Amino acid sequence: MSLLEFARGPALEIALGAFAFGVAWRLLSLLALPWSRDRSVARPAAPSALAAAAGGFVRRMWPARPFRRSDLWVTLNGHVYHIGLAIVVFGLAQHIQFIKGLFGLQWPNLPTGLVSLVSVITLASLTVALARRVVSPVLRLISTANDYFSWLVTALPVATGLLAQSHLGARYETLLAWHLLSVALLLAWFPYGKLMHAFLVFLTRGETAILYRRRGVQS
Amino acid sequence: MNDRDGIADLLARRGVSRRALLKYATYLATVMALPPLAARAIAQGLAKARRQSVIWLSFQECTGCTESLTRSFNPTLEDLIFDMISLDYHETLQAVSGAAAEAARLAAMRENRGKYVVVVDGSVATKDGGVYSTNAGKTNLEVLKETAEHALAVISVGTCAAFGGLPHAHPNPTGAVPVSQIITDKPVINISGCPPIAEAMAGTIAYLITFGKLPDLDHLSRPKSIFGDSIHDRCYRRPFYDKGMFAKSFDDEGARKGWCLYEVGCKGPVTYNACATLKWNGGVSFPIQSGHGCLGCSEPDFWDNGGFYRPLSSSTSHPGAVVGGAVVAGIAVGGLGALLARQRRERAVRDLEAKEQERRS
Repeated sequence: MSLLEFARGPALEIALGAFAFGVAWRLLSLLALPWSRDRSVARPAAPSALAAAAGGFVRRMWPARPFRRSDLWVTLNGHVYHIGLAIVVFGLAQHIQFIKGLFGLQWPNLPTGLVSLVSVITLASLTVALARRVVSPVLRLISTANDYFSWLVTALPVATGLLAQSHLGARYETLLAWHLLSVALLLAWFPYGKLMHAFLVFLTRGETAILYRRRGVQS
Repeated sequence: MNDRDGIADLLARRGVSRRALLKYATYLATVMALPPLAARAIAQGLAKARRQSVIWLSFQECTGCTESLTRSFNPTLEDLIFDMISLDYHETLQAVSGAAAEAARLAAMRENRGKYVVVVDGSVATKDGGVYSTNAGKTNLEVLKETAEHALAVISVGTCAAFGGLPHAHPNPTGAVPVSQIITDKPVINISGCPPIAEAMAGTIAYLITFGKLPDLDHLSRPKSIFGDSIHDRCYRRPFYDKGMFAKSFDDEGARKGWCLYEVGCKGPVTYNACATLKWNGGVSFPIQSGHGCLGCSEPDFWDNGGFYRPLSSSTSHPGAVVGGAVVAGIAVGGLGALLARQRRERAVRDLEAKEQERRS
């Protein structure tokens, strides 16, 4: 079995199994926990829980005025690589074919040149995020191996994908195999590390926003 | 025709001029990616050389490789192939049959001991002693070992001989293996393809005769001059790949406009051959130009590599069962964890209430 055959077959199958198990396990074990009811009386103007959660999620995508000076660029950089990753994952024709093979869904792809440009910007943005984490004493202090490994498994598919797309450094089958293996690593690690925030961010921000709005916090 | 004659004598007798020989040598030098001066060396080498004794063995194959070579578009090329070599044994092409044919093979082996070239098309059956493919009462395995023992070199023509090919595909009922797995003490050149390009065969033989050594080979023992670039690198549809313009099916607008066939399963990016440059039928076309994606036929295990119409970027497995099972297992473990947490909480609440009651009483 060649490296590409292994990457396209057993590696992705195992990684998808690990991903599905981890996501189901973490979400259910969290959602099925006993929740304490908030017995306080809601403020008269408090919106519904759903509206509060949605509003709070959107509001926290941008730093509040007192923090804007210190956090604006960090927030912007975060948006750049998150949106960049979404464009790369869901915009490239080859990725759409991968998703189609799994779920049968497909949609029109973006031009390859545009996706390649976004990949370069995303990789640069991820590098800036890592540099800030390493340079800032506070961030360095609170960072664990989980943070650095999560960064690595996110950046690797972008880097290997760029190499595969531009046929740089090795034969295409080797580059494609490395790219697929890096995606397998990302999927396998996803639910067990901090990348799980892709699911949990909706719960945590929503829950916080519901709590705040119930108690009259406006923003 | 006398086997002792030089190629130059034979060509002169057939009315082939020195100019025609030079033109052909230049063509072969170009095919083999040699420098311009090599054309003269090839012409001189061919003129001086004796006709190379070749024993052609056909094993588990479909005769497509022989068809490709004998029915090459250019009859001059075909003539020259058979002028350059003394084809001493070939089951499909030889006039004799039965015991006389086998005697010809043994005679050629005896007279050209250590100098003859063995060409093999077809894979070798090995299961149960190789009984699934026999000829003249001998298994292919026996004939190959016997014939290759005193050969100068072995050329595996076609993907079956080079990598096992179709007979080697899962579940491989005959235990088919490539020639290189049996012959390990001789140089083996693989000219893969289903079938291989005729010029690749002619170029390799010309190189052997002219320079008396093997051409540069890649990691799969294929001549680099033919198999150095991928189909994708030389494909005229490559600009569409770079722009992200793909045919979604064989009859959509993209297919009619000649866009890239990656999404309908083209294996061009991982297939190394000269189809996109040399093409077929005298340079008329090749599969991609005819509207079908490359099948990857010159690569090992091309039959089992996940399906001809599945894009390279997609998974070759069907992970539905694995993912479904993993989700059920995840729900079970997560649910159990949450249940235990609830029980712990209820127990803690009960303990607290009991302590509170105790304190009050």
